Amino acid sequence: MGIEFLYPEFEVVRNDARCIRCRVCERQCANEVHTYDEEGHVILSDDAKCVNCQRCVSLCPTRALKIVKSDCTFRENANWQPDTIREIYKQANSGGVLLSSMGNPKPLPVYWDKILINASQVTNPSIDPLREPMETRVFLGKKPGVMERDENGNLKTELPPQLELSMPVMFSAMSYGSISYNAHASLARASKELGIYYNTGEGGLHEDFYVYGPNTIVQVASGRFGVHKEYLEAGAAVEIKMGQGAKPGIGGHLPGTKIVGDVSRTRMIPEGSDAISPAPHHDIYSIEDLRQLVYSLKEATEYKKPIIVKVAAVHNIAAIASGVARSGADIIAIDGFRGGTGAAPTRIRDNVGIPIELALAVVDKRLRDEGIRNNVSLVVGGSIRSAADVVKAVALGADACYIATAAVLALGCHLCRTCQTGKCNWGIATQRPELVKRLNPDIGSERLVNLMTAWNHEIKELMGGMGINSIEALRGNRLMLRGVGLTEKELEILGISHAGE
Amino acid sequence: MTTIDAKELDFTKLNDRIRETAGDLEIVNCLGQRFIADGQSGRTITIQGVPGNALGAYLNGADIVVNGNAQDAVGDTMNDGSIVIHGNIGDAAGYAMRGGTIYVKGNAGYRAGIHMKAYKEKVPALVIGGGAGSFLGEYQAGGIIIVLGLTGKKIVGNFPGTGMHGGKMILRSDCKDVRFDKGVTVSPASAEDLEAVSSYLKEYCRLFNEDYEALMNAPFTIVTPDSSNPYKQMYVAN
Ligand code: SF4
Ligand code: SF4
Repeated sequence: MGIEFLYPEFEVVRNDARCIRCRVCERQCANEVHTYDEEGHVILSDDAKCVNCQRCVSLCPTRALKIVKSDCTFRENANWQPDTIREIYKQANSGGVLLSSMGNPKPLPVYWDKILINASQVTNPSIDPLREPMETRVFLGKKPGVMERDENGNLKTELPPQLELSMPVMFSAMSYGSISYNAHASLARASKELGIYYNTGEGGLHEDFYVYGPNTIVQVASGRFGVHKEYLEAGAAVEIKMGQGAKPGIGGHLPGTKIVGDVSRTRMIPEGSDAISPAPHHDIYSIEDLRQLVYSLKEATEYKKPIIVKVAAVHNIAAIASGVARSGADIIAIDGFRGGTGAAPTRIRDNVGIPIELALAVVDKRLRDEGIRNNVSLVVGGSIRSAADVVKAVALGADACYIATAAVLALGCHLCRTCQTGKCNWGIATQRPELVKRLNPDIGSERLVNLMTAWNHEIKELMGGMGINSIEALRGNRLMLRGVGLTEKELEILGISHAGE
Repeated sequence: MTTIDAKELDFTKLNDRIRETAGDLEIVNCLGQRFIADGQSGRTITIQGVPGNALGAYLNGADIVVNGNAQDAVGDTMNDGSIVIHGNIGDAAGYAMRGGTIYVKGNAGYRAGIHMKAYKEKVPALVIGGGAGSFLGEYQAGGIIIVLGLTGKKIVGNFPGTGMHGGKMILRSDCKDVRFDKGVTVSPASAEDLEAVSSYLKEYCRLFNEDYEALMNAPFTIVTPDSSNPYKQMYVAN
């Protein structure tokens, strides 16, 4: 109280006429907001602990609850916004670095929303995806410059290893530890059913999930947690994590409180010990060094698996990607500044990196200009929110998209952005057994399959509207895009015309 | 035992040949080929010459002997087995190794044993006969790093143990002239401390013909982390 007091951000509003004192809310809230008062036969709530995750709201059988943003605010000030003031108080109270979760919530431009998609009219008729075959399958990997066939027409050229995706979307890296066993189970099962891939993140692969290996991308990050021969062999591809959109330039840090039981075993570090992924790989200081890690992984997997290099979208991304394309990597994954995370310093999350739309546009162009675009496939992530974003990304030059926030939303996440506390009421970003079991992998995987199936239909519909029946014909087809409300410079970087042109 | 002449073989060809053979193997005329024995298990590979970077990366139980020097990233992310170097070694030896042993007769470059790990019975060990470069055992999360200072080179360069949060280092020196990070505890090694690592010291003496008694007749220092949660206090939830 006193100078350290911060008025609660949210208010828990209970309609007493509807409340039947079932105490579901009390049991559902891991933040211990609700308590039952025996004497008064009422449910009390401590608003200060509420993070607005909507769990109690969703589970209250009588719809007695709602969470509202408190209207007790500071005196209005366009410069000193309430969030800014609160952050200063928190730091003055604690001396700590501000730590946040999920993607950058700031009102910075979302270029996807300023790009519009074309459709055919009169000439070049559109295609009805319900009647005609539409191809959304993509292959990720190095494409050979020439194809040679023998006299019988059989392929002589040895194809570099490829990942086959039924649609141009994959689930991006979320480590076991940052998310739960059941969340991983849901992603793994859905990937198998959909014919796409999920990504282990940097926490190793739980032994139960080796069976999903053909639909798994295994990640190698600077901390090398859980990386060993069988792990590398288990995956369909290996991803080297150089950076992450939510926190470019810094490493990862999973607090010791989340290193329990299986998580500790999978990462192969003792329980309770922090899992620290240093900011750089300590053996990589140049593209030549990166090439060394790429080839050490290729050697260890006998050149059978594509190697992905994941980088964050930063200012010099075109030059960086050009270097990565020459490192021997088969696929480059670029993560934009809105990418999610289980924990990142607020200042880094909100201020470092660049939008994925711009990064993608310049990288695709640079690789084409240099004649090396076919040396690599491009996968982009960092807040791909819908099928429309996917179509726009492909038209800007991406081979496929990575999604994670959209995937956890399908699993029940309500974007309360408190993953770092480990008390996720939806059983996703937590290791507490009683919370983890709230996420049923049967339901979770089904919801992911639903989401992706719906997106795939929408992708086909959008393609059909443009008169395009294969995703290959859409890739890099920027004529299908127009900008609205963008400056000359923005249009130039995106390589698209303004609407009306 | 098979012998492969590495002369004029590039690394892809040499490593293909290594994978095609089974059982113990000798490689002669080795000259800088990278990635030798990556992920190998269940065999002994003896190398005459100088292997290139990333020797024995992801090593999974094979035993490697190098009669010569080795370069960078030896035993990167090694899981099991042993690597014995009858010479000096480059940078980042044993990066993130999580099992097995590396013995180096001579000196090691920068960042040896960085981010080494341990889990239950799997405790890796890196033994360096000479001196180690700067950033020894940075971010060390487990395992044992031993440096013996037998070559006359300074026992260790700058900033050993920065960000260390597990495992231990045993340095054969009083370390009076070494600047450690503030997050570690540095103290003279006790008889028990030395007893706990005596098998590694004896093995070093056996491998490289050193006299154990003479080796032990010197001050030793033990370095351990202050906390396994070095970053705990730094954050405030937002
Ligand atoms: S869950 Fe709803 S009905 Fe049950 S006690 Fe809480 S507010 Fe009342
Ligand atoms: S934290 Fe979630 S479950 Fe708890 S009161 Fe707030 S909205 Fe309800």
